Amino acid sequence: MIARRLLQIALTLAILSFCAFALIALMPGDPIEVAIAGDPRLTAEDAARLRALHGLDRPFLERYLAWASGLVRGEFGYSRLFAQPVASLLLPALRSTLVLAGTALLIALVLGVALGALAASRPRTAPAVDAVAVMGQAMPTFWLGILLIIAFAVTLGWLPAGGSAEHGLGLAYLVLPLATLAVAHLAAYARHSAASLEATLTEPWIRTARARGAPERVVLWRHAFPNAALPVLQIAALDAGALAGGALVTETVFARPGMGKLLYDAVMGNDTNLALVALLLVALVTMLATLAADVAQRLLDPRLAER
Amino acid sequence: MTRLAAGLAILGALALAAAAAPLVAAMLGHDPFAPDLLARFEPPSATHPLGTDDLGRDILLRLLHGARVSLAVGLAAALAATVIGTAAGLFAAWRGGVADALVMRIADFMLALPALPLLVLLAAADPSRIGLPARGEAAGDVLRIVVILALFGWIGVARLARAAALSTFARDHVRAARALGASEARILLRHVLPALAAPVAVATALAVAGAILAESTLSFLGLGISPPAPSWGNMLANAQELVFSAPWAAVWPGLAIMLTVAGCTLVADGVRRRPGTR
Repeated sequence: MIARRLLQIALTLAILSFCAFALIALMPGDPIEVAIAGDPRLTAEDAARLRALHGLDRPFLERYLAWASGLVRGEFGYSRLFAQPVASLLLPALRSTLVLAGTALLIALVLGVALGALAASRPRTAPAVDAVAVMGQAMPTFWLGILLIIAFAVTLGWLPAGGSAEHGLGLAYLVLPLATLAVAHLAAYARHSAASLEATLTEPWIRTARARGAPERVVLWRHAFPNAALPVLQIAALDAGALAGGALVTETVFARPGMGKLLYDAVMGNDTNLALVALLLVALVTMLATLAADVAQRLLDPRLAER
Repeated sequence: MTRLAAGLAILGALALAAAAAPLVAAMLGHDPFAPDLLARFEPPSATHPLGTDDLGRDILLRLLHGARVSLAVGLAAALAATVIGTAAGLFAAWRGGVADALVMRIADFMLALPALPLLVLLAAADPSRIGLPARGEAAGDVLRIVVILALFGWIGVARLARAAALSTFARDHVRAARALGASEARILLRHVLPALAAPVAVATALAVAGAILAESTLSFLGLGISPPAPSWGNMLANAQELVFSAPWAAVWPGLAIMLTVAGCTLVADGVRRRPGTR
């Protein structure tokens, strides 16, 4: 199964790289046009010479193949915007995003399941949890980010409004982005775990456990939860992939370096090579995370592996 | 049913407010597009019920005009996604075999990719190179965003429509119609399509919510509806720059987005929970 999935991932990346490369050809201004805009002394001959030098006068397919074969050989090229090799930009950005997104996913999962369990075990709290979850899902991430900045950075002045630490972990810089990203995902977990637990709590073996005199806490976590966890894990598996790309908005709002911000800056700055490589890397991480989550799910539930 | 009613009430109220925008503008006597530099950053008052922004424009009026843009984009994108998705799902279930595999592989391909980074890249592409209106023109912006969002939105609808269609094709009344010699077109339109109404309605409501969130995100990032035309997303982009001088400007557009999306979610939930709907 894993070998087939890896093959699928490679194929998907190949198709995506071609589509994205074709799309970039539609982005405003090729690098030479940008250079001309920046330096009016460049003549038409200069432009033609530069185009020939960088191979921009060659046909599209030839350009794509040259670029793609470079990627396969591990030559990611240079970033025009940052004047650095793309590879040296990607790794720190990826690490920063994985720290942010991974922690946020964990927080969202724990708090979401706790909220869902509360709603399922104390039916009187269910409408409140449901309302919170619906609002949480409806709230645009960037709005929540702005509200948190206004509350904790502007009004109270407890935390920085954005950016990242020069040295070390920079926990203070991590709090608001983490809260933003976690709340955005928490709602879905709360709703699904509540629904799943409510359904599981009506099963006969739960009645048996209660009749046997098991305390309600044991019934909920020991008997109901492991069975109710599967749909929640499925959502988490989907989210694990979405988090790397989904951090784009949070990173932009808080001016926090990361894959999403890098991609956004590259797109806005007409840095086509960086944008393409960043997109492919985010896609690769997304698909690998989804694959890892699927494998984990099969390990937890042997019934899935049989299919 | 209460969820459905609540959702429809919220969406109806928002649509009414959007429709009444010119009326409110006439009542207050402001122009939502014209800067008034003598009235910058005014707190809420009788003449400016929600205050003014950094250019002295009335926030309430911009909010209402933004509602027209955001709702129109969300509805148009969701409708396009619904039509394409229903057709693709129905076609896949009807033909089966290679056609089915092809449609579902395309859907899987797009679902496997990171949606937001792709949306950003697509939205940044220059449509004037292929003869469409350039970015920054109001009508062109709306069309561009609708097309991009429909491109991603059809998948969810197609999967739901396909699943519902597959189970309907196996039902006795469809097999009976076929045995009686009904034409394929009649079977599709008369016997299968109506059975898709409820799941497609759910998918459409969710698609509207998704489209409005995505539009506001793109506009917030400066890749969607460009100012001076107001949209809830670009109002929030403006508001983020003003968190120190006019923090109240950030409250309303976000609240409007949240209400709209919550309304759509409630409608979807309501339809799904109706008796007889799976």
